Amino acid sequence: MNLNGKCPTGPIEKTWDKHRFDMKLVNPANKRKYKILVVGTGLAGASAAASLAELGYNVEAFCYQDSPRRAHSIAAQGGINASKNYPNDGDSIYRLFYDTVKGGDFRAREADVWRLAQVSSHIIDQCVAQGVPFARDYAGYLDNRSFGGAQVSRTFYARGQTGQQLLLGAYSALSRQIKAGMVKMFPRTEMLDLVLVDGEAKGITVRDLISGEIRCHVGDAVLLCTGGYVNVFYLSTMAMGASVTAIWKAYKKGAFFANPCYTQIHPTCIPQSGDYQSKLTLMSESLRNDGRCWVPKNRGDNRSPNDIPEEDRDYYLERKYPSFGNLAPRDIASRAAKEQCDDGRGVGPGGRGVYLDFRDSIARLGEETIRERYGNLFEMYERITDENGYKVPMRIYPAPHYAMGGLWVDYNLMSNIPGLFVLGEANFSVHGANRLGASALMQGLADGYFVIPYTVAHYLAQTKPGKAKEDHAECRKSIEDVKGSMKKLLSINGRRTVTELMRELGTLMWNNVGMARSKEGLTEVIMKIPGIREEFWQNLRVTGNGAQINQQLENAGRTADFLEFAELLCRDALHRNESCGGHFRVEYQYEDGEAKRDDKNYCYSAAWEFKGVDSEPELHKEPLEFKEVHLAVRSYK
Amino acid sequence: MSGQNEHKTMTLKLIVWRQNGKNGPGRFETYTAREITEHHSFLEMLDVVNEDLIKEGKEPIIFDHDCREGICGVCSQVINGVPHGGQERTTVCQLHMRKFKDGDTIYIEPWRARAFPILKDLMVDRSALDTIIQAGGYTSAHTGGAPDANAIPIPKPDAEYSMDAAECIGCGACVAACPNGAAMLFTGAKVAQLAVLPQGKVEAKERARAMIKAMQECGFGNCTNHYECQAACPKGIHVKFIARLNREYIRALIG
Repeated sequence: MNLNGKCPTGPIEKTWDKHRFDMKLVNPANKRKYKILVVGTGLAGASAAASLAELGYNVEAFCYQDSPRRAHSIAAQGGINASKNYPNDGDSIYRLFYDTVKGGDFRAREADVWRLAQVSSHIIDQCVAQGVPFARDYAGYLDNRSFGGAQVSRTFYARGQTGQQLLLGAYSALSRQIKAGMVKMFPRTEMLDLVLVDGEAKGITVRDLISGEIRCHVGDAVLLCTGGYVNVFYLSTMAMGASVTAIWKAYKKGAFFANPCYTQIHPTCIPQSGDYQSKLTLMSESLRNDGRCWVPKNRGDNRSPNDIPEEDRDYYLERKYPSFGNLAPRDIASRAAKEQCDDGRGVGPGGRGVYLDFRDSIARLGEETIRERYGNLFEMYERITDENGYKVPMRIYPAPHYAMGGLWVDYNLMSNIPGLFVLGEANFSVHGANRLGASALMQGLADGYFVIPYTVAHYLAQTKPGKAKEDHAECRKSIEDVKGSMKKLLSINGRRTVTELMRELGTLMWNNVGMARSKEGLTEVIMKIPGIREEFWQNLRVTGNGAQINQQLENAGRTADFLEFAELLCRDALHRNESCGGHFRVEYQYEDGEAKRDDKNYCYSAAWEFKGVDSEPELHKEPLEFKEVHLAVRSYK
Repeated sequence: MSGQNEHKTMTLKLIVWRQNGKNGPGRFETYTAREITEHHSFLEMLDVVNEDLIKEGKEPIIFDHDCREGICGVCSQVINGVPHGGQERTTVCQLHMRKFKDGDTIYIEPWRARAFPILKDLMVDRSALDTIIQAGGYTSAHTGGAPDANAIPIPKPDAEYSMDAAECIGCGACVAACPNGAAMLFTGAKVAQLAVLPQGKVEAKERARAMIKAMQECGFGNCTNHYECQAACPKGIHVKFIARLNREYIRALIG
């Protein structure tokens, strides 16, 4: 079946305006009759909940954290893009649109990306009005920095904590609506099922993480804003609680999952130091402006890095990519680091690391200048590794940190299930196969502040409010199902802990499906995952009970979903016989190692339909058309 | 350099607060953490202890944690009497075991404050901080209709001052460190962040009044200039923001 994204047609620059006019409205007096459930309160969820409540809808918002202020959007460092053209350097909506389509390796919808670029400016205006303290120049105007290969300066930032400041802005708007009684907030509450009534999304079943109570909430529409799934690799830069669970439950109720194999690996993270490690920490890639990546030329050279003379060092990025050098794009830099380590020339514990050396920059610019530019990152590095990056080269290694794939949505951000909307990282829409730096924050807030308030009205205007009640048969069934799976998890009483099993899955995934994928590797993983799943359901041990705070039980539920989802990710990666963006198949590359796209056969979004845990999912294709930006090979030479 | 200490491990004695629910009696329990290296973070050390407890069929120690990179603000433990463990500008999740020695005894307790009831073991309920923000920690700017972001220039020193205050991660260490259980550093930081900006000045008086009222109703104490809050703050939020809070409050009362 070919899917239709229902994008407006006509000249691209008029698509969003025309569509906004064409959509139906809900009149102000009727808005209060509708209730909208918002799951997740990061940038997308908090901005959506606040904006919809301001309009007069009743909103119930849910997050697993103890406060909406703690969603993982908070960890974004670098900045947020907008086509303001304040520096007068030639930026425009069209250029941001063009860069994003190309950066995504031609695997996103043009109309969606255009809208993102168009509303980007309003996001900055809105955040400034909220009191977000963006960096400013001495004239008092907003400052911009360059980011991730863009040729213009369009990134707005708040020190190294842009995500934090934007999230606190959205959180403050949400808090105002909570106070006004328009939003009912349910923190420490995790969604564990989606409830459909007559084929439409009308409710969610949740677990209260404090009391253990399992109950159903009903509404007229459900918004999933639950972030990405790269914790499927176990070690990633995501928060510990981040999971695929909410969107996976929706998938199992019929929502299509699009492009799960598009995952992004960030090159500049602090390497793993041991098996006990629980997560990885990212350092802004801006470090590569002044740091040089190298490994020893000779395997097993265990001299201290400062004792290794110039002729025994291999500055592999400068060697392989002479024109881009250390500023090669994320996917290229990540794969190159892996290659060196696979070749036995990696450094640090386990040989999984490469040096990022500031010696030459310090000699050229002085330590003070380097400190001014990156002081906070050197501090963070030292806190974690106990090493002084000014004196000895830093060690870095790539780590998973973002999911471009997610639930399939149409132009209105609605999934194939009527009434189920998906926002932010949880959907698949604008980043194609690769996300550009500083675009994640832009997307989350665009979806929440400036897209969903219009598109949800279009759906609600065609539906009667209050269709479902809490005692609906579907709600009761869903509650029983969730209770049943909790009981099952608690009653296995085996010998393995959740962490052990998740680590086993993650290691398998990272080694075979992380930075580079092959047919053999993927086939092997698809064979092995059911075995881990079986081990999980036969031999898991969760102590305590379900009627109280039980962090193991929470993790067990998330891990059970990852164990199913991982297989879908692999199947998607196996079916896509091309390399594009974050998806690199070793069989499909040019001689110089560049990704080899196959536009003839794979210029589509792959949306998968659930057919049972042990059955193969069904593939639906949404063909991609490029009318504005012409398909071309992404080159960084 | 890396690798040198790979084989050196530590054994530590942990004395941990265990409490089953809000009203359950609390007690200290003693545990041994084995095979800990200097590279373990403090929370990873607790992970090791918890894995052992689970395998023995016991309930692991409950503690709040999420981002584990020092920014979400959820981790909250008092270590040897000091919130976040005493390393300057460092949250528990960023504290590493190299700060401890083999054979050390470590006391681990939850945040203790009247406004933060214990939920279980080391996990507390900090929703009172959300209540303070809900009382007025915002500008009442509707989505849409905001003027161009550069329409109102803001002097760089004001923007920097605002950002200094905005760095607060809402962890509540200031409250846990204060002998009065006061949340004035937390409240002051938000009031100051917005009061210094033209966008926030409009509602400055009402905001100061409402947030202080909420702070008092939630059961937080008042500042008597111990400055323990600043010492404990993992983001180095300065006590000058408490002074600012007092000024804004007085201005609100007489204005």
